[in-house]
Amino acid sequence: MKLIKAIVKPFKLEDVKDALAEVGVEGMTVSEVKGFGRQKGHTEIYRGSEYTVDFLPKTMLEAVVEDDMVDVAVKAIVTAAKTGKIGDGKVFVIPVESAVRIRTDEEGGEAL
Amino acid sequence: MKNVLRFISLLMLLLAPGFLLAQEAAVVEVADQVVAVTASADSGNTAWMLTATVLVLFMTLPGLALFYGGLVRAQNVLSVLMHCFAIACLASVLWVGVLYSIAFADGSSWVGGLSKVGLQGVGLESLSGDIPETVFVMFQMTFAIITPGLIVGAFVERMKFTAILLFTALWLVVVYAPVTHWVWSEGGWLFARDTIDLAGGIVVHATAGVSALLLAYFVGPRDGFPKKLHVPHSPGMVMIGASMLWVGWFGFNAGSQLAANESAGMTMLVTHISAAVASLTWMTIEWIKTGKPGLVGIVTGMVAGLATITPASGYVGPLGAILLGFLAGVVCYFMCGVVKEKMKIDDTLDVFAVHGVGGIMGTVLVAVFGTAAFGGLGEFNMGEQLVTQVIALAAVVAWSAVGTVIIVFICKMTTGLRVDQEVEHTGLDQAEHGETAYHFE
Repeated sequence: MKLIKAIVKPFKLEDVKDALAEVGVEGMTVSEVKGFGRQKGHTEIYRGSEYTVDFLPKTMLEAVVEDDMVDVAVKAIVTAAKTGKIGDGKVFVIPVESAVRIRTDEEGGEAL
Repeated sequence: MKNVLRFISLLMLLLAPGFLLAQEAAVVEVADQVVAVTASADSGNTAWMLTATVLVLFMTLPGLALFYGGLVRAQNVLSVLMHCFAIACLASVLWVGVLYSIAFADGSSWVGGLSKVGLQGVGLESLSGDIPETVFVMFQMTFAIITPGLIVGAFVERMKFTAILLFTALWLVVVYAPVTHWVWSEGGWLFARDTIDLAGGIVVHATAGVSALLLAYFVGPRDGFPKKLHVPHSPGMVMIGASMLWVGWFGFNAGSQLAANESAGMTMLVTHISAAVASLTWMTIEWIKTGKPGLVGIVTGMVAGLATITPASGYVGPLGAILLGFLAGVVCYFMCGVVKEKMKIDDTLDVFAVHGVGGIMGTVLVAVFGTAAFGGLGEFNMGEQLVTQVIALAAVVAWSAVGTVIIVFICKMTTGLRVDQEVEHTGLDQAEHGETAYHFE
């Protein structure tokens, strides 16, 4: 099992969710997050003075999938979230040791 | 806690003689009223002045409070609302106690006497012109409320609440009430020189602007000024507050005619025109300079346009209003940069650049745009009036500056001016008032 952690532009969330559903990913957790990468925030100007906003709003999507699903799921996310402009985000893949479905006590792949 | 007690006892000391005298004066009052019986209030003018009073209070509560509140960090919004509200209450009590007398009672040309301390002699029958004196007291009170309210913009996010109350109380006594006497009371020396200031370019905006600039200098900049600042937390709130200011300003300017007549009509018209032109001017400059026309920018332009037309409304015609509005947009926009970037003073919400500069500019330019050549209604000689206006401004600016410096010194010695750095980081809402504006749960 692997945890796919994708940080994407908020307005791309719907597209990414649909793309993942299409390739068979059945669940995910989404959070509103803030951060910066090489883009380094942005500036806003009020009454002529520049204000730097260091952390930009992004959406973080987490989904745990079976090992054989990882490549296709990552590809689905990247395709759906890409605008080609700075600030598109990143995808991380992290190994997962175990999983339990609370309602039924199912474990491992069964629990996903 | 000690500071709070000290402040309250000071306030009591200031007020006590007023109320004691007022009781003794009740007997004298009867005699005064006999004279007043021959005249009676004009109901039309009274109705308008009651309305105008409501409008001007609405400018501060909640107009100015929201306008300023939206511009600060989310952790400080309640403190700003609190400052405006507490100042409104404090100014009201002081106005009744001593300020009205200092401003409008008979006295010398420099300061009013103490004959109306505690509003003694102001009864049901007493008149001010052809409106009840009670209405005049209330109308002028709302001006004494908004003027120290404007200064809040200079020190938001870092000044101690006790210091704010002490500063406000002393400032009203030392700066606001005497200057009001000079300019608006029939016995005042600037009144006698035919100084033009219909609704407070000098009395309200120049005093508040200059004092704000100095206070901001002495309180010192926000942590992170000028490079690491936080963006306004709610531009929408800024727009709502600013719109209330616009509406309330009709009471402020047209109400200052003290009558429901053709002059009040013209005053309202030019007030509105100046606000609209200044808004568009500011928006356009911002659009050209930064590439985007912003909401905070357009409403700031509006406030600049209103502050600038304030002394001149009632003397300029529509053409003068357009010119004043345009200049307000251009000059106040660039002054924001001058104060923050060149002078390096963190007058946080641009009180001096917008109100001070606007009020001063309008006070000078009424001598030009108020003449017939610009469609104005003034019957004065441009050159002579210019001299009169500049002398008035110089005196008031100097008095405001000296008064502010002395009061700042007193605050430093007693309450201290600033919260500590940790409080500044956490925000004043929690640290000073024990409340939080937005609970997201």
